Amino acid sequence: MSNELIQTNTAKLTTAFATALVVADTQIHDDLAYNSIKEWDSTAHMLLIAELENVFNVMLDTDDIIDMSSVAKAKVILSKYGVSF
Amino acid sequence: MLVEREPYSLNAAEKQPLLLAELNELTKHHQQDCSPYRQLVAAQWPDFVAAEQTEQLPYLAVRLFKQLKLQSVPDADVFKVLYSSGTTGTPSRIVLDSATAAMQSKILVKIMQHWLGKARLPMLIIDHPGVIKDRSHFSARGAGIQGLSFMGRNHCYALNDDMSINFEALDQFCQQFGDGPVFVFGFTFMVWQFFIQELQKQNKTIVLPQALLLHSGGWKKLQDQAVDNTTFKQQVLAQTAISKVHNFYGMVEQVGAIFVECEQGHLHCPSYADVLVRTPGSWQTAAVGEEGVLQLLSTLPRSYPGHSLLSEDRAVLLGEDNCPCGRLGKYFHILGRLPQAEARGCSDTFSSGTTP
Repeated sequence: MSNELIQTNTAKLTTAFATALVVADTQIHDDLAYNSIKEWDSTAHMLLIAELENVFNVMLDTDDIIDMSSVAKAKVILSKYGVSF
Repeated sequence: MLVEREPYSLNAAEKQPLLLAELNELTKHHQQDCSPYRQLVAAQWPDFVAAEQTEQLPYLAVRLFKQLKLQSVPDADVFKVLYSSGTTGTPSRIVLDSATAAMQSKILVKIMQHWLGKARLPMLIIDHPGVIKDRSHFSARGAGIQGLSFMGRNHCYALNDDMSINFEALDQFCQQFGDGPVFVFGFTFMVWQFFIQELQKQNKTIVLPQALLLHSGGWKKLQDQAVDNTTFKQQVLAQTAISKVHNFYGMVEQVGAIFVECEQGHLHCPSYADVLVRTPGSWQTAAVGEEGVLQLLSTLPRSYPGHSLLSEDRAVLLGEDNCPCGRLGKYFHILGRLPQAEARGCSDTFSSGTTP
């Protein structure tokens, strides 16, 4: 996997998070956790899942949704579906 | 921890000791961190140290969540407050920190995976989209829909804001997904009054033969119209071709560990929760088959003392570990609401110990 693609995926992930949670790109970092900020609540979580599915063209199952407890975890989960970070 | 176990996998011998240990620990935690709870327990169970059986655990009348500020976390840690739909008077106020909220979602999903599978199905919600608009002040209905929407994708609301059927959205959903498995969710009364009866009135049917309908909420309004579970299921089948229909019982005071109706029509306790039935007056536990008031135990509530609650519902315990459906755990029927005066009565007993 080329560095370029990884960079692109990271940028896409950041944008997807920022769009779904309606926060600034700069707020998105690996340690950002579900329920740790007001903007990332269960409503936003569903929007986030839909956004990630669209951006990366994957279908996440219910385990993935529950496991996606941080930005870092989102990367691990998406990696299962062949999206590299 | 019970939360790590599969929902219907534990028999009594395995479950009860684990459940007791976790509930004793929760009781201690809430005594430490919630002073009104400590006072309630001290007044009602002055000699209480620890329970040797779940029957001996202190329990709060559910109504107390309307009357008192019951939370076991500092205000700064409050993540979300849930309110009951409370048809009369003050709603219950359930305080969640982020850990408790996350655990509730996790367990709800774990239970639902048992019934729906892990894949997220296209989801038809029998309600209007406005019900989840105010995110900081969810109604019980909003919270229920929100929690269960985790299980679905391509969410479609079947009703308009004025409760009429949104036929355009509905037809599009059925056309797009009607051939495959779909997940339909709504509150019992909404499903009946604003969907099934309305379809019938307008002489319309939809076809979702592979759908599973999950519905929740009181039967009272339906009983007033002489609609029982069998009638409900028959009419759902006639208007929508849905044959898999499951009721579930749960309350805003114990979100997450819900009780789902099996193919036999029995409500089942998941590993994370349990029920007891108590005889009004003596408040002793009733035998299997004896009617009484339902007490609910759940290992999830940490941010508020809701792990052992006396509900205002009449119920009968049907058995434990021996339902013909094969699921382990206790199973029961809900018989209806307690009369108002009686419900107030059992709450008054328990609030007498608190300082106003």
